[in-house]
Amino acid sequence: MNLERPLPELSGVGAPFWQAARQHRLVAPKCKQCGKVLFYPRAICPFDWNSDLEWVELSGQGLIYTYTVVRQPAHPAFAERVPYVLALIELAEGIRIMSNVVAPLEAIQIGMPVAVRFEDVDEEVSLPFFVPE
Amino acid sequence: MNSYSVREVAAITGIGELKPTRDPGGKRALELMAEAARLALLDAGLEKRDIDGILIAPPMEFLGMMMLPSYVGEYLGIRPSYANVVDLGGASAAGMVARAAAAIAIGQCRNVLCLTGEAVSPELMTRLIGTFRWSPEEASFEQPYGPMGVNSAYAMAAMRHIHEFGTRPEDLAKIAVEQRKNAQKNPEAIFHGKPITIEDVLKSRLVVDPLHLLEIVMPVSGAAAVIVSDRSVAQRASKAPAWILGAGEAYSHAVISQVGNITTTPVARSAEHAFRMSGVTRRQIDLVSVYDCYTIMVLLTLEDAGFCDKGQGGAFVAEHDLSYQGDFPVNTHGGQLSFGQAGLAGGTSHITEAVRQIRGEAAERQLKNCDLVFVNGNGGVMSEEVSLVLGGGQ
Repeated sequence: MNLERPLPELSGVGAPFWQAARQHRLVAPKCKQCGKVLFYPRAICPFDWNSDLEWVELSGQGLIYTYTVVRQPAHPAFAERVPYVLALIELAEGIRIMSNVVAPLEAIQIGMPVAVRFEDVDEEVSLPFFVPE
Repeated sequence: MNSYSVREVAAITGIGELKPTRDPGGKRALELMAEAARLALLDAGLEKRDIDGILIAPPMEFLGMMMLPSYVGEYLGIRPSYANVVDLGGASAAGMVARAAAAIAIGQCRNVLCLTGEAVSPELMTRLIGTFRWSPEEASFEQPYGPMGVNSAYAMAAMRHIHEFGTRPEDLAKIAVEQRKNAQKNPEAIFHGKPITIEDVLKSRLVVDPLHLLEIVMPVSGAAAVIVSDRSVAQRASKAPAWILGAGEAYSHAVISQVGNITTTPVARSAEHAFRMSGVTRRQIDLVSVYDCYTIMVLLTLEDAGFCDKGQGGAFVAEHDLSYQGDFPVNTHGGQLSFGQAGLAGGTSHITEAVRQIRGEAAERQLKNCDLVFVNGNGGVMSEEVSLVLGGGQ
């Protein structure tokens, strides 16, 4: 079994997300027709099926919609990290993303404001995570 | 909402189910499924040549293989006029029954064999690494953060439910305890002979907050088959038919970050459609036989299917006795939490139990009156839902 942490595919329609993350910026596609920000990146807007999209900079601010504490990892790469917080973050721009929240476990609450940070995982990949504001 | 109806078009005439086991003894899933098919045929009192339809939910050993229904049909030596794969995760079993009824309704076939099964072994798990793939979106935007399979998705639903509605851990635990009580009257259940208390559940290892080990289904090996037949076959069947009175389906997402409201599942839509088609009310239901991969899924299903108001699931569970002796029986076979989850056959267990209770074949756990059963199948991460209303026609 591959013991390395699963890492994102850097090419394809999501490439700008990972290029921006490498520069510690959070971006997402926005539909030029309906004006909605969408996530995950797709070739068309899931709200109106328009394919004319642009990438926009996000504030990196959000709220914890829900979370859990993983105490038994499904993948050996996370064995050293347990217990860790897996969360769905509702970003100010109205989209939700899965990420980790790094903070003392007892401090974490649903609805808590959080802000993005980035972890440089290797020479190519930076992953967003969140900390309490 | 669509208006199709399969009400009383078809009935379940045969069931076959293997006792779940931790060790399949070197057998493949297909071998277990073939045994379940044989038992279902015997139970229905039909001949092999009567089976003219086949639906299968693929076990893990079929990953990477194609044209599966004809492979299974070939293996079993049948040449049906209707065949398909139903790929709805845990909702596949209920989905097969709904699809069988629809195919029968248009006259495509008369007797549909619906097959599920799984054989878990270290060898299979080794082979799956390298075969199994996440969708590219899940691989890129979820897996790097370390979700615990699907467990973490249900845990996040439970966390949000506790936050919004004040649901108590002991209410969730009570679901596991009363289903385990039911399993004490089911010699086929993997946890037969092992009753538990609320304290046992809450003191079991916290795996993924707020879910404890005893709130999470255990994978086992096994297989289950049901045969769905048209009216004329059902009326001549050797055992009392379980009529399909209502069916409803709803789908919403595939990965948990794309969920809308995590505390309301698509059961709200699937159950409404099934009840409307059946003409049966919630109050008339004698048994609730619903997918229970986790305690929270039972609670969400009770709310979303309309047995109690949204957010009141915890209080409802606290107020009612969910056991076979209780005022609101749920999963009298023990549920998958106590019966065991043999892959997609886990979903079939809710249907086979409904049929047994309707027939009066549930032995020590038989309900005094059981004519109408609500069944729900749930797939993925609260993302595929198929609801059924089954009835004995009394």
